[in-house]
This record gives sequence, C-alpha cells and structure tokens, in this order.
Amino acid sequence: MRIVIDDDLCQGHGVCESEAPEVFELGKGHLVTVLDQSPGDSQRSAVEAAVRFCPTHAIRLEED
Amino acid sequence: MTTIDSSARLPSRVSGGDHATGHLEELRADPIGLMERVRTECGDVGIFDLAGRDVVLLSGADANELFFRAPEEVLDQAEAYPFMTPIFGEGVVFDAPPERRREMLHNQALRDKFMRGHAATIATEVETMVAAWGDAGEIDLLDWFAELTIYTSSACLIGPRFRSQLDGRFAELYHDLEQGTDAIAYVDAYADIESFRRRDAARVGLVGLVQTIMEGRAQGPAAVEDDRDLLDVLMSIKNPDGTDRFSPDEVTGMFISMMFAGHHTTSGTAAWTLIELLRNPTELALVESELGELYAGGDEVSYQALREMPHLESAIKEALRLHPPLILLLRVAKEDLEVEGFTIQAGQMVGASPAVSNRITEDFPEPDAFRPSRYLAPREEDRTNPWTWIPFGAGRHRCVGAAFAMMQLKAIFSVLLCDYEFSLAQPADTYRNDHSKMVVQLAQPCTVRYRRRADARRVGGSS
Repeated sequence: MRIVIDDDLCQGHGVCESEAPEVFELGKGHLVTVLDQSPGDSQRSAVEAAVRFCPTHAIRLEED
Repeated sequence: MTTIDSSARLPSRVSGGDHATGHLEELRADPIGLMERVRTECGDVGIFDLAGRDVVLLSGADANELFFRAPEEVLDQAEAYPFMTPIFGEGVVFDAPPERRREMLHNQALRDKFMRGHAATIATEVETMVAAWGDAGEIDLLDWFAELTIYTSSACLIGPRFRSQLDGRFAELYHDLEQGTDAIAYVDAYADIESFRRRDAARVGLVGLVQTIMEGRAQGPAAVEDDRDLLDVLMSIKNPDGTDRFSPDEVTGMFISMMFAGHHTTSGTAAWTLIELLRNPTELALVESELGELYAGGDEVSYQALREMPHLESAIKEALRLHPPLILLLRVAKEDLEVEGFTIQAGQMVGASPAVSNRITEDFPEPDAFRPSRYLAPREEDRTNPWTWIPFGAGRHRCVGAAFAMMQLKAIFSVLLCDYEFSLAQPADTYRNDHSKMVVQLAQPCTVRYRRRADARRVGGSS
C-alpha cells in the first residue's frame, strides 16, 4: 500500500499521528509528514484507522 | 492561473428578484426556498442578486469540491461577511488564512490533548445549570442552550476563571449580537435599523462587563499559576511605555470572535438534536440504551465523551444535516474561474449552501427524513459524500472546532439524557428556525418539558 496526503485538505489535527505514530508525524508547519510512504502489513490496521478517523478525509491509501 | 475554456458560458439567473435590491428581501424572508429554486431552475451553478451584486450559488459534489478546494487567492473569505465587522470590531478578521488556522489549532485550546479536560468542564457546566431545575419543569431551548454554551465556550476557550465571573447578562447581550446579522448589512452594515442598534448597544454592554472584570483583576491579587486564564495573559502584555497593550474593547472583540463560531452553532445543534430525538422515539430509545450501557460502569463523562457513541453521534450528524447552523457559505472571486463549463467572473460572490447540498436526493435518500442509520456501516453517507455532507463545510476552511463540537454535544447529552426524561411541550411541527438573520436561530417559542428520572444519578464530570 502507498499513502497519499491531500495537502489542500490537511488541517493538522494530528489524529493520524495518534492512530499510527510510526507512520505519521505532525511537522513544525503543522502539516502531516509521512515517515514511511509504503509501510508493511504490520501497520495496515493502524493506517486504515488513520484514514478512517482523519477529520478532513485528507489521507488516501493506494494499493500496490 | 485558471484557464477559461472559450466555450464556457455564463451561469443562468434564478427567477424573481425584480427589486432594486434584487433577491435581498427573499434572502431575508426565505433563504432556503431561494437557494433551492436556484438549484431547481439553474442546476449546480446559478446566480441570484444580492443587492446589486451577483452571487454564483454552487451545489452538488463537483461544484462544491471546487469551492472548498480553492485557495484564498482565488476565492477569498475575508470580504464575504460584512455583517460580522460591527460585531467583532474593526481589525478583527472573520477568518484567518489556512496556515494561521493550523497554528491556532495547535497553539490553542482545540488541541486533541485538551479534549478530556474540556469534557469534564462541559459536564460540570451542564450539572451546574440543571441543579436549578427541580424535579420537573419546562425550558425554552433557545435561551437554555444559548446560556449553557456561553459558559462552556468561555470556560474551555478563555478559562474557568473568566467563566466564573460571567452570569446570564453576558449570554443575553451575546444573543443581541447574533441577532444583529441582518442581510441588510450587504447594503449597509451600519444601517439605522432596530437589530443593528441593539447589536451596537450589546457590544458596548459586553465591553463594559469585560472592563469591569479587567479592573477587578488589576486591583485584586494576581491569579495563582494554575488559575491563570487567557484574560490574565492578555492583561500581562504591555506596551514599551508600560501601558496595557490591549484595551477592554480589543479584548472583548477577540473574545467575541473566538466564541462566535462555536456558540450559536453548538447551541442550535443541541436543540435540534433533542427536538428530532423527541419527534423520533425509536431513535431516542436507541440513544438512551447506548448511554445506559456506556455509563453502567460508573465512568465519568470526561472519559466516555471521547469514546465512540454511534447512535448519539449519528443522531447529532442527522440533526446537523437537516438543520445546518450555517445555511450559506460565501467567498469573493479574486480572478475568473470555470466550474462545470460556466464562467465565474472576478468580483462576483460565490456561495455554497449546506442547507441545499445536505438534502440532495441522489446522495441522501429520503432527504427530508431523520434517519441516523444512514451514518452507520455500510451506508456511512457522511464519509461517502465529503463534498455534499457539509454541515461543517469542507476542505481548507472546514470547521476546526468540529471535533470539539461533537465531544461537547456528546458530553451535554450524556448528562441530560441519563438524568432526565424530556417531552415536547408544543406540537411537533411547530419547532422551526428563524431565517430572518444570517445567523440562524430557533424561532421562539421552542419549549420542552423535563422530568428527573427516578433512577437519576450524577454521571457528571466533577472529579
């Protein structure tokens, strides 16, 4: 899977960071940084939760 | 920057509006009827005339997506709401650019990590207000929730110390401010009309209340560290010559603007959620049993209000869809752009309407019915329609307080529905919104009865 962030939509709530701290980090500019663009399957449920609970629907998952 | 296809056409104009002020009078009398007619007659893109200025009204997912994605340089929000300037005061902007909003979100009280403390604060405020209720009685939903949300928003956003120095007078004056949002402001924001005179008197009154609090603090002992609130912080900022950096007028303007977005919106949504649940007893029973199970273990509201409550959340979302607190979102086009083959010209206003888009039949089957189950899996109609389920707006300007609002409403109903039974005190179809002002409020009377449950227990947040 590959993670795509829509910068138009991200407001930096940080919910993704709470759900999957190994994959998402809230950077200095308060926009999210993806630490691992293509995380392994061990992160799948955490990343899916981040996608699901993002308040602005700014995260998309693309399957390889 | 935006390329206009040479085949692009001008949007068509909606019928009516044959007055010097175009559709202004209709907008003041029946705004939703006007905006629905734009969609019926013109489709996703149509024009109405707001006192000599075109408003290109967009609806539907494609047009809304363009509206919500557009950057400030293309669709500007700052000039779109002239009725807010006399309320906030000159120099306090209605909205900040997205970068600044992100900073505000992170530096201020809306951060995720403060939510649990806010939930406890809100539960305590509800407990304090219902303490005066007795076993049974009647409340006016507009007055009651408006006062409650003055206390919750001041306590959470400014601080408990400031909140403890407020009483019902602040809520009454604040209500007069909100009523001072007549669309006549698009002609003249300082026109000599009753609601604007009351608005201006209310702002003077609020400055007076804040000034009294500031003088009391200046003369009294300093707050202990844990008790310091935003007002203490603002009062501690000095000019180089030692005088106060912020006058009572400026402080009041800041507080009014901080509280504005979360006040009438949350207050109205709380009222409509209760009204719709009382109109739909099957849904109310689902919510009550959900709360009963959640609180059976004796947990505090501060803990539970942050957890998932699918039935209550769905009921709130459905109240928001049917009765969005903001019915018309506006921008000003700073350059020509194209949407669905139509040209929007620089200088035109551009609008999106939650009241219209939230009821598009193709996206929301049975659009006029209260159906909270539409948010449960597998339908999830809020998630599958991100550009038409828009009670909080969408995209760059999406309400940054949405998570706070949802938590607040869950905390409020945790206390109210666990300890009290409610019933409608007037015919079910007589609860209506008053659309005569840009800030939508419930039309009075809007009363309900309450009766304390025999098995009521304080689930509240005072820990």
